[in-house]
Amino acid sequence: MTDLTQTLAPARPGLAGRLRLALCIFAVLAVVPPLAHALDEPFLIVVATRMMVFAIAALSLDLILGYGAMVSFGHAAYLGLGAYAVAILSRAGIDDLVLQLLAAMAASAVFATVTGAISLRTRGVYFIMITLAFGQMAFFFFVSFSTLGGDDGVALAARSTVLGMPLLQDAPGMFYATLALLVAVFAGLYRLTLSRFGRVLTGTRESALRMQAMGFRPFPYQLTAYVIAGCLCSVAGVMLANQAIYVSPAYMSWHRSGEMMVMLVLGGVGSLTGAMAGALVTIALEEGLARLSEHWRLGFGLILVGVALFSPGGLSGLLRRVGLVRDAK
Amino acid sequence: MTDPLLSVQNLSKSYGALKVTQDVSLDVREGRVHAIIGPNGAGKTTLISQLSGQLRPDSGRVVYAGQDITRLDMAGRVRLGLARSFQLTTLLPSFSALENVALAVQAREGSSFRFLRPAATEQALNDQAMACLADVGLSDRAHRRAGSLSHGEKRQLELAIALATRPRLLLLDEPLAGTGHEEAAQLVDLFAKLKDRVTMVLIEHDMDAVFALADTVSVLVYGQIVASGSPSAVRADPAVRTAYLGEEAAPC
Repeated sequence: MTDLTQTLAPARPGLAGRLRLALCIFAVLAVVPPLAHALDEPFLIVVATRMMVFAIAALSLDLILGYGAMVSFGHAAYLGLGAYAVAILSRAGIDDLVLQLLAAMAASAVFATVTGAISLRTRGVYFIMITLAFGQMAFFFFVSFSTLGGDDGVALAARSTVLGMPLLQDAPGMFYATLALLVAVFAGLYRLTLSRFGRVLTGTRESALRMQAMGFRPFPYQLTAYVIAGCLCSVAGVMLANQAIYVSPAYMSWHRSGEMMVMLVLGGVGSLTGAMAGALVTIALEEGLARLSEHWRLGFGLILVGVALFSPGGLSGLLRRVGLVRDAK
Repeated sequence: MTDPLLSVQNLSKSYGALKVTQDVSLDVREGRVHAIIGPNGAGKTTLISQLSGQLRPDSGRVVYAGQDITRLDMAGRVRLGLARSFQLTTLLPSFSALENVALAVQAREGSSFRFLRPAATEQALNDQAMACLADVGLSDRAHRRAGSLSHGEKRQLELAIALATRPRLLLLDEPLAGTGHEEAAQLVDLFAKLKDRVTMVLIEHDMDAVFALADTVSVLVYGQIVASGSPSAVRADPAVRTAYLGEEAAPC
């Protein structure tokens, strides 16, 4: 990866900066379990796992929202599809995480291809509304799924196994499996955004007209990105179900979709690192503020207003401004 | 006589009661520069947009290299070699100049469904893009963000992108608009050099440029072609003088 950052150094010094920042985040996360153990606060591991689950989801949303300028308000549907893939398969006696991940991604790919192909016929606020509508359809489908608990959701018998091994059974195992997936998703998306495909996607965000005048038809690229984002978000759903050992339609409500967008806005869209940081901070604030007061949402709202007013680029914009991360502007 | 490279046949388009293109027919021969002039609001950009595929005509046909392309979209026409530049600069502002052009190279060379290899490390893309930047004289700006270039440089970059699509026919919509005197002279030199490589349809207000470059001039007034012919014939046409060039242009 170092030769790559050097190649790009003249054009985008910020690239190396945000990669370095992401590596720092991973390094800090990696020492959370021993630290929690030393502090005798095992709950921290559970919170950090949740933070990382939502970081995966936020990264996937950043691909379409930040890089593709497709503002999807139904992204939580894929979180739910991933979670219900675990519930349905484990009920059928399939407890293997790898199989569950594959099933979740396959289901999400089908759902994303169909709904994406329809949604991408619209633009702007209509795209937001139609993705919201599809998300709600998925939500109400599982609400009425009475054999899986309907509105109340369903508890899982146990966490998934990994190739026959009970890796996820204890909190640190669950934590490191999630961290591994987070690193993999980040690395994959980072490469993707620099690839030929990534350039077409980003170029379409900048000017669809210009892309057409170069000879591109944006639709297949946008749809592919939409499907990839759905599949990756379902990975987060699989881990969310395993972490909570419980699955409920609430995972895919439109509140969740909105919350994911909040994470992106808080962290800064279109930089991956920002999305990841936004998710980590949002969940941490939720957990932290919820302990201080039951009216924590008010405090969180004030923080968001502050970000929107004073740092439109989110946390990554803030870091850039104080000089911690450089960016070619 | 060979067939024209581009043949526009009875093209018409209306916005409600406003007829922006009225029964326009014109032929562009390969290797020529065909200028379209006319007062503001004559429908020049609307005409170019129908030639490039951005707008659908209400009736009429556009035939390019013997193929009816009336219903083909812009991307399809670009792939056939019909490129355009925009009157209002249309670039990818956060991409570097090199990346803008490399993307146009990428559009015609190989699949863009490649997900892992960083495009910046593809030497073939970069080399061809650099060659196009050199053609328009922008080599030293390759790594600048397109959004931070000067207005004249942006016009040059538009042209480099169009050249990177390997056009056979170039539709230029007021390529000199907003450029300074020196920049305009440079661009005119550039077009004169390109004449050997590519056929051009040129919309331009700068009459010096038009008469320096064009082999054929068509005059568009209220969506209709009122005169068409060699530059000297069009200049002498009394209908053109009253309709467009006016008293002011009479001495030339």
